[in-house]
Amino acid sequence: MTRNRINIEPLYLVFSFLGGLVLLFLVAPLAGMVLNSSGQELVQAGTDSEVQRSIWLTLWTSMAGTMLLAIAAVPFAYLLARKEFPLKTLVLAVVNLPIVIPHSAAGIALLGFISRDSLVGGAGEKAGIHFVGGAGGIMVAMAFVSLPFLITSARDGFAMVPERLEKAAMTLGASPARVFVTVSLPLAWRAVLSGLILMWARGLSEFGAVAVVAYHPIVTPVLIYERFGAFGLKYARPVAVIFLAICLIFFVAFRWVAAGVGAPAWLSRQRAEAGDIHAAR
Amino acid sequence: MLRVEHMSKRLGAFCLDDVSFTVHDGEYFVILGESGVGKTVVLELIAGLVAADDGDLYWDSENLRRRSIQQRRMGLVYQGQALFPHMTVRGNIAYGARGHGAEWAQKWAEEVGVGHLLERRPDTLSGGEAQRVALARTLASDPRCLLLDEPLAALDLHARAQLRGLLRQIHKSGRTIVHVTHDYEEAVSLATRIAVMNRGTIVQTGPPEEVFHRPASEFVARFVGIRNILRGRLASTGPYTPRFNADGLSISVVTDAAPGPGMIMLRSEDVTVSRAPIESSAQNVLPGVVIDVLRTPGGMEVLIDIGAELAAMVTPESVAQLDLAPGENVWVSFKATAVRFVGDEA
Repeated sequence: MTRNRINIEPLYLVFSFLGGLVLLFLVAPLAGMVLNSSGQELVQAGTDSEVQRSIWLTLWTSMAGTMLLAIAAVPFAYLLARKEFPLKTLVLAVVNLPIVIPHSAAGIALLGFISRDSLVGGAGEKAGIHFVGGAGGIMVAMAFVSLPFLITSARDGFAMVPERLEKAAMTLGASPARVFVTVSLPLAWRAVLSGLILMWARGLSEFGAVAVVAYHPIVTPVLIYERFGAFGLKYARPVAVIFLAICLIFFVAFRWVAAGVGAPAWLSRQRAEAGDIHAAR
Repeated sequence: MLRVEHMSKRLGAFCLDDVSFTVHDGEYFVILGESGVGKTVVLELIAGLVAADDGDLYWDSENLRRRSIQQRRMGLVYQGQALFPHMTVRGNIAYGARGHGAEWAQKWAEEVGVGHLLERRPDTLSGGEAQRVALARTLASDPRCLLLDEPLAALDLHARAQLRGLLRQIHKSGRTIVHVTHDYEEAVSLATRIAVMNRGTIVQTGPPEEVFHRPASEFVARFVGIRNILRGRLASTGPYTPRFNADGLSISVVTDAAPGPGMIMLRSEDVTVSRAPIESSAQNVLPGVVIDVLRTPGGMEVLIDIGAELAAMVTPESVAQLDLAPGENVWVSFKATAVRFVGDEA
């Protein structure tokens, strides 16, 4: 026995074992699904034009919905991080509402909101946007259930930016708009980007709300469900595997890009300073 | 000219009460006070980052309270610099200098001695360099006056001395400066006028000599601590203990500082009073005449004219024993190691 042998605390051994179980629980079903699909099945599903159409539709609607909503949600997140206003707690609760309500119920609520005879739906109809049974409706449903992820992440990011930097910028003559664009947003950018990725990932995996609002044109999660219902597990599985692979590729790529944006060195220092400031107050 | 009139602000448990002072053009005005008395808030009120509850604020005849932060052009330099971490030094300096060419950032960087650091990121700078960049950034935005929040606090001794020189140089170029600090040495060595702050209000304003020699209240006296300050010149003496010359006096000082103009400080507790010259390790033994004997919370303060006014703190027993009274001839002695020298240039 050597002197520098690490003493292993039995408790952490137990925790590690439990952690292993959790990981297995997460990975095993996915791995099983992948391993159970033959190459032939995958090729067949991959060349199926309905599958291709649905994957393309899912990807672009989720991205477009995220981008459109971000225009309003990111400034809103800044407001939530920086300003105090009456009923702020209530507003924060409302923002997180989509996380706790069943997504089929969210779909039902949205359907009433965007149907042809509603104010919004009618206006959209006149402008040539068909929400119900159209890409517009899919976007609305995806965005509704995934928006909290963007707002929460962006808000945390803005809260992390030392207020003194914004104040300093203003004393240097910068307008609040310029301060937001040149100081707050760049410094919170990683958190905002991470929020965008989360919102997009959550949106593209949405089934419940989308199925209610726009069953057709069919997005991949709905297609997987439909194939399972009509033809069984064997037919649904290859589609699921292909969709999973594509999502993973995009997700990893975006994460990788996000990690490269901004230098971690100043980020950690800035966080330490933010901590100091809070402590000083 | 900056005029602060009866400014009040309540911020949670802390409160600024009826703060008034005037800073004339070209003045170096130091607000001296312990941490947490609201010095930073005073600067933020002037800059417009915090709205006052009450009071007036003027730049010449212009009412600043009606102006936005951007219109006020009060160049606030925060403690800890607050440089933009995602921009280079050049980007930082150019930030407030819109409408000026590319040479403008260069010019100000060189002015404060960071011309060689323009492409660096703030997190790679030393404390002194970062403080210089922060100064350049504010100066480049063309402010009407400089508001400095503890600009030397986070620096090591060497950087502090260098930066003090830079601040003096900026002041000499004609800038109006308001500087807040808790360090009396910093205040004395830079200020043309000092305001002492306590419990959210200003308790005394005046030139450094006046504030330190004639503290208007017990608080000021205790806060400033050191009563004896003499301006003069440190002479070069080769290998011997340096001598400081002021008002015809020559005083031994232990210091590593370079010869040149400056000031010495001596605590009144470190001065011994005797009837005859005493032989001891004290290098400084000087004759004088008692001007006054005052009762203070710390003991009896004897003011003695040794060519300059010197305060000595003694016990009531010593006053009785030595029969100290105005007009009496006495000797004072103090060790060269008890004298602190602060040079003007370093």
